[in-house]
Amino acid sequence: MNGRRQYDTDELAQLAQQVCEQAQRTEQIEVCVSTGRSTTVRAYNGDVESLRSGHSAAIGVRVVEDGRQGFASAGSLDADVVADTLAAARSNVRFGEPDPHQGLAEPDDVAPPGLDLSDPAVLGVSDADKIAVAIDLERRCLAADPRISGVRVAAWSDGWSQSALASSTGICVQSEHGSCSVGAQPLATDGDETQIGYAGDAAWRPDELDIDRVVTESTSQATGQLGATKPPSERVTVVLAPPVAAAFIGVVASVLAADSVLKGRSPFADRVGEQIADERLHLVDDPTDPTTLGAANFDGEGLAARRNALISAGVLSGFLHNAYTARRSDTASTGSAVRGTRSIPGVGTHAPVVATGDIPAGMLYESIENGVLVRGVSGLHSGVNPTSGDFSVGAWGHRIAGGQLAEPFREATIASTLQRMLLGICGVGATAEPLAGGMSMPPLVVADIALSGV
Amino acid sequence: MQNVSAPNSEILGSFMTRTSDTTAAAEITAEPLVDFDVVDATLRVALDTGGEWAELFAEDRESASVVFDEGRVEEMNSGRDRGVGIRVTAGEVTGYAHTSDLSAHGLADAARTAAAVATRQSQGGTVDMTSLGAIALAEPRVAVLPASIGAERKVALLRAADDAARSTHKAITQVTARYGESRRRIMVANTHGVCAADDQVRTLFSVGCVASGDGGLQTGRETVGYTVGWELFDDHDPAELAERAAQRAVTKLAARPAPSGEVPVVIARGGGGVLFHEACGHGLEADLVRKGASVFAGRVGSQVAANGVTLVDDGTMGPEWGALAIDDEGHPTQRNELISDGVLTDYMWDWLRSRDDGRVPSGNGRRQSYTHLPMVRMTNTFVTNGDIDPADIIADTPWGVYVAHLGGGQVNTATGDFVFGMTESYLIEDGVITEPLREGNLIGNGPQVLLDIDALGNDFAMGSPGTCGKDGQGVPVGDGQPTLRVRALTVGGTAA
Repeated sequence: MNGRRQYDTDELAQLAQQVCEQAQRTEQIEVCVSTGRSTTVRAYNGDVESLRSGHSAAIGVRVVEDGRQGFASAGSLDADVVADTLAAARSNVRFGEPDPHQGLAEPDDVAPPGLDLSDPAVLGVSDADKIAVAIDLERRCLAADPRISGVRVAAWSDGWSQSALASSTGICVQSEHGSCSVGAQPLATDGDETQIGYAGDAAWRPDELDIDRVVTESTSQATGQLGATKPPSERVTVVLAPPVAAAFIGVVASVLAADSVLKGRSPFADRVGEQIADERLHLVDDPTDPTTLGAANFDGEGLAARRNALISAGVLSGFLHNAYTARRSDTASTGSAVRGTRSIPGVGTHAPVVATGDIPAGMLYESIENGVLVRGVSGLHSGVNPTSGDFSVGAWGHRIAGGQLAEPFREATIASTLQRMLLGICGVGATAEPLAGGMSMPPLVVADIALSGV
Repeated sequence: MQNVSAPNSEILGSFMTRTSDTTAAAEITAEPLVDFDVVDATLRVALDTGGEWAELFAEDRESASVVFDEGRVEEMNSGRDRGVGIRVTAGEVTGYAHTSDLSAHGLADAARTAAAVATRQSQGGTVDMTSLGAIALAEPRVAVLPASIGAERKVALLRAADDAARSTHKAITQVTARYGESRRRIMVANTHGVCAADDQVRTLFSVGCVASGDGGLQTGRETVGYTVGWELFDDHDPAELAERAAQRAVTKLAARPAPSGEVPVVIARGGGGVLFHEACGHGLEADLVRKGASVFAGRVGSQVAANGVTLVDDGTMGPEWGALAIDDEGHPTQRNELISDGVLTDYMWDWLRSRDDGRVPSGNGRRQSYTHLPMVRMTNTFVTNGDIDPADIIADTPWGVYVAHLGGGQVNTATGDFVFGMTESYLIEDGVITEPLREGNLIGNGPQVLLDIDALGNDFAMGSPGTCGKDGQGVPVGDGQPTLRVRALTVGGTAA
């Protein structure tokens, strides 16, 4: 065997099972194996700037014995590497410490959604076609507005992966799918001032990519920010544009994962059944919708992926669980194990979705006397503390004055806590706007957020 | 958009993993990752197929991490990766192919794939293999390979940290301690005669604490990491680290909301090098400059910072987190002065951008792994000492914010607007540090902030290790500065 040997998913499943079969009497073994290939093309100045491609393979082995857990991974499926990885995981177990709840997932009676996600369309795109898409994306950004002075990145990416997961507890699942994406970072210049925009899309099939939206969104971001100034510091009503709303909802969903709850790191622990958000907010995690890239038949432990309500009419419905957190909470896994081949399964969302509300797109700003539309945020990774709930992030977008969108602003922050923000939601858009990856999100209106500028 | 964040063991864990109980001495060998004759043959294939220049980058990475949570070892992980990336250029076009198949056949396939896109306009190249036999190898910089230390000793350090944090204060309700080690061996050879190798070992220890009080939960975190081996713990006591992290969380329980608006900000030594990483570091990367995506384009020779501000990027600065003997294009790292006494003197360069400008690279061509194309990256970026006693800087500030510790940040290089998080900060009232403040981000504009530095201390220190993200690639970086004051930065708090 070598790194370029081609496997189909049945062979991957067979390989995973062969390793699991080596489990000793007191041992549980879980094996995840995957192979993949990917291509990224970047265009610049009307030509291809770079074309990068490669094949990859990976194995992750988890061993549980007497409540102790060890994990090892490697970037190859060669027989000697597979053997070494199992040996390393077993060695790592020796130093783990017993936890009675530790253990692999056991098969449950939930049927997977039976989605056919292995559309081969992406395999039919030639390198020449990929290059043409990237070059065309750059050209269209440049043509969108005379103030667009360049495009830092205009890129096409695609990938195809096959994976299998097996365990000595009787789980054996496999999956195969491809996806593709485009992204652009155009620059807008006016005099000495330069602004940059970004937008991207990702889809299962090339013909599902919304390149028009990428061009419009990325160039309007850049041109819309020209002339932006620093706003005054005050408490205002904030409209979170759909991509920003999605980023915040992603953070909220992450603190509803049972691992942070069990470890006393979630501000929403012990709040199930309570009103934690305005009644206009409905949040579910739904991997059963095949149109989104979050769709999946199985979670990271091989259990059926399923739809889970998180917040219903503002009331916290429950937390997301993998096998470990469920066992520890005396409940069932919600099929929410998330992992890469090379990491221990954690807990998280597959495809968070917010239900649309009742404010028509044209009426979003009507009732706002003084506020801001936030089109982008920065510093989410450093500015949100998911344990305390405090957040303070860089923000840019447009002022809202007298019910109308007004001049652009930049170099400001918005700050509050996640807890107050959820309760402060005072409007949800009636239209969900498309985001990358087939996701969609309505804009959210939130009252009483601290805007810091001058 | 670029950002830097505190490293964690996931970063290390994704590299590799292996622990063993063998010998203690560092064994750094000169054995090439790929045989010279295979390197030679692979590069010839790349040029025969149409490339003008070709490069082979080989990498062998091992990592291990231990996570100690809720008073017990929760995870023990290890990982291993080996692979090669072949880069071929012709004119302005770059082709790249990566593979984990290190056989001669596998590498030749990758070379052909990488060269394919270049063939459209190639003039063909020549192979200069004269230096392949004389590999340039870095001096060993590690006393004790971490992989040679038994896991039980690593667990003992984690347990000591956990005990220390919990006994610091009864408000401490949760402690996570992480240990991470990585060893990355690389080899780079190209058709212009570069042939070099390096052996990069990094060791890291971090403690995160949660304190619970009437006002909810607060967190404190401390991280220590260097480009060293197990000798890290000769100079750093995990228990002391844990006490500092615990104290930070407890202090913040009593914190009041941070101000909102423009405020004078004093940043403690070593606590705010990330400011310069974001405010101007990324903007001085030649790839961004060349595409007009930096506010510092065309500014060499101009005053871009206050008098007295000297900014350096130095990859040779062992044992700092961003130290390297060679960059990921085989060029020796060096000390590059970017801003001298307020005047912009140079950008940072990789091979591709320096080729286009007809100059030598500055040792800043880096990549996350063999699957990635290299680009211009920082190493250890810092501002050198001024001449003011730091106590005088605080005493001379009637009202403002004192930032003891910054978290990660992010910058829009086109505008220079950047944010970074304050993980420990206090109010300054009448020249005295007073009450602790809740977390918040600071936002500023790089070119403006550099000019607004109105006091520079004489107490330089490097700060915590960081992972810098750019275009989806993360690399280890260091930063540092003396205590300094910025006349006005916007503090993103919630207080009126």
